[in-house]
Amino acid sequence: MKLTESLSFRNIKGRPVRTAVLIALTAIMAMSAICGSLAVMSLRNGLGALEARLGADIMTVPASAVSKQDFENIVLQGSKGYFYMDRSYYDKIAEREGIEKISYQLYLASASAGCCSVPLQIIGYDPDTDFTVSPWIRKSAGGELKELDVVVGNDLSVFVGETITFYGVTCNVKAKLDKTGNDLDTAVYTDIGTIKRLIAASLELGMNDFKDIDPDKVVSCVLIKVADGYSVDEVLNDLNLHVRRTKSFKTTDMISGVSESLAGVSGIIGILMAAVWVLVLVILFLAVYMSVNERKKEFAVLRVAGASRSRLAGIVMSETLIITITGAVIGIFLGLLMILPFNGLIEESTGLPFLLPDTLHIIICAFVALAASVIAGMLSSLGSAKRISRIDTGVILRGDN
Amino acid sequence: MTITATGVCKDFIRQGKNTNKLTAVSPTDITIEAGKLYVLMGRSGSGKTTLLNMLAGLLTPSSGKVLCDGEDIYALDDEKLSRFRCEHIGVIPQGQTAVHSLNVLENICLSYMLYGSLKEREAAYPAARELMRKLGIAGLENEMPSALSGGELRRVAIARAMLRKPDVLFADEPTCDLDDENTALVLQTLKETAQSSTAVFVVTHERDAVGYADICLNMSGGSIGKQ
Ligand SMILES: Nc1ncnc2c1ncn2[C@@H]1O[C@H](COP(=O)(O)OP(=O)(O)OP(=O)(O)O)[C@@H](O)[C@H]1O
Ligand SMILES: [Mg+2]
Repeated sequence: MKLTESLSFRNIKGRPVRTAVLIALTAIMAMSAICGSLAVMSLRNGLGALEARLGADIMTVPASAVSKQDFENIVLQGSKGYFYMDRSYYDKIAEREGIEKISYQLYLASASAGCCSVPLQIIGYDPDTDFTVSPWIRKSAGGELKELDVVVGNDLSVFVGETITFYGVTCNVKAKLDKTGNDLDTAVYTDIGTIKRLIAASLELGMNDFKDIDPDKVVSCVLIKVADGYSVDEVLNDLNLHVRRTKSFKTTDMISGVSESLAGVSGIIGILMAAVWVLVLVILFLAVYMSVNERKKEFAVLRVAGASRSRLAGIVMSETLIITITGAVIGIFLGLLMILPFNGLIEESTGLPFLLPDTLHIIICAFVALAASVIAGMLSSLGSAKRISRIDTGVILRGDN
Repeated sequence: MTITATGVCKDFIRQGKNTNKLTAVSPTDITIEAGKLYVLMGRSGSGKTTLLNMLAGLLTPSSGKVLCDGEDIYALDDEKLSRFRCEHIGVIPQGQTAVHSLNVLENICLSYMLYGSLKEREAAYPAARELMRKLGIAGLENEMPSALSGGELRRVAIARAMLRKPDVLFADEPTCDLDDENTALVLQTLKETAQSSTAVFVVTHERDAVGYADICLNMSGGSIGKQ
């Protein structure tokens, strides 16, 4: 039967204000569910992407550069991380025990690139030893980088196949990386060979920014993968004890501040969501309860017309179903409309890595939020439905009392 | 169809002062046969509505049985009893009984709003219109119940109960909101219904009804006596 012809639909339509309020409430409930869960998922994703991108167990930087705060900046706000140490430290570290892989990176700050108004960070890696960025560069670029090839973070407004110019040197954009939800999205990755060319070019242009940086002699950080059979802490302590004037960090610790505030934010989101749900469900319960109570006589009339008890319950439940589905669809639509276009803004204002899940997960998330809102709404009216199905028709129909 | 009640009675537990049992209907035997118009009269509170509801399958008796063509209707499960009532028993309840979200025509075709397809419902519309015409409420099809007078609503309830041409028709004070002319019209309609081999059982305070009755019953203090 056509839905609009059904009794439940008529009952809903017959009380437009009540219906509108209930739809709005369910919409708020569904919206809080989709926004909340997407936000939490995005924060987790951001953190995950960050961890994956770091790739190393331990990161060693010059002792002069560091406080823990600095480290988060190195990772999250790459543009501030300019520090260098002598290459000999790299060799010293490489001699220590428990190290499976070791590589280094060199950071350059670029004030002017053809593409971007924001300062961006150029991260040079050593293709011979690298184990952190090469895997995903290989994945995104489909092979090794040649000289003057670069891979750019997701937020840079250049596209694969285009070029980007630093200090008059034109580089080819070979790949664009997936979003990480932090400032690595504005970084440019390239090999040390290209870095050397850029430094030389900047000196030729008479800029002295990189005058003291000899790419053959200095490194910005050393990245270490711990060998099997050694614990990360063990190697970390060893490095901090024996390699002077450097500071080594567990990469997971470096982002522990982020994960802590992330846990905090997720908690708050969870509490808010729960509060909205409890409130809406209580109101929904009361609204259905009252509306059913007020229509007792009508339900008794339906009994007289031949409705079974389960049919009465069915009418109440399908009224709620229509309302909650409508509300939930609207709420989820609005929620997506709120969160999808503005996720960059959210990232900026919270200062947390915020990486939306992929489309499939967003769709799944939307359906789960829809189902959860509808099921919760249905459960809240289950009591009223049961109650009305137990009415004693003969008692109610004794006159206009 | 014949309805036979044997020893049906109904007790209510009254709250209020020293909780006591109130016998609304004392054990009663009654048979309602097709083709006859029964009129039950009696003072207010004598148990007429209670008895009618028990006979109509709407109120489970405290004890006793209600048999429809030999079948104990209260032994049926709710689903079957509801079906049975829908198909075989029409009830015009006491008081106003409109469903406010439906228009008059849909109110009359209410049982088709509950079960069956839209097609079946629409197929019932001509019969509904015919009943409306007969009862003097033609032209009100698309009105909402809130726009109708008490007497008009009463006739909507009568049309609703008669629509499926039930085997047994129960009417609880079907004429209480009506003027003399319409009272006569309704009683005449009920009489005609009985003559078309339906069992009609009417509870009323209307003295004129006696003139239409095949069998007159009187109820007082929960017991029935023939008049
Ligand atoms: N659900 C109930 N709980 C308690 N008492 C009830 C209940 N239903 C009916 N009664 C009592 O049973 C008695 C018979 O009620 P009933 O409605 O059958 O009377 P009636 O003859 O139809 O009266 P009226 O002509 O006013 O409609 C009354 O005293 C009434 O108060
Ligand atoms: Mg009565």
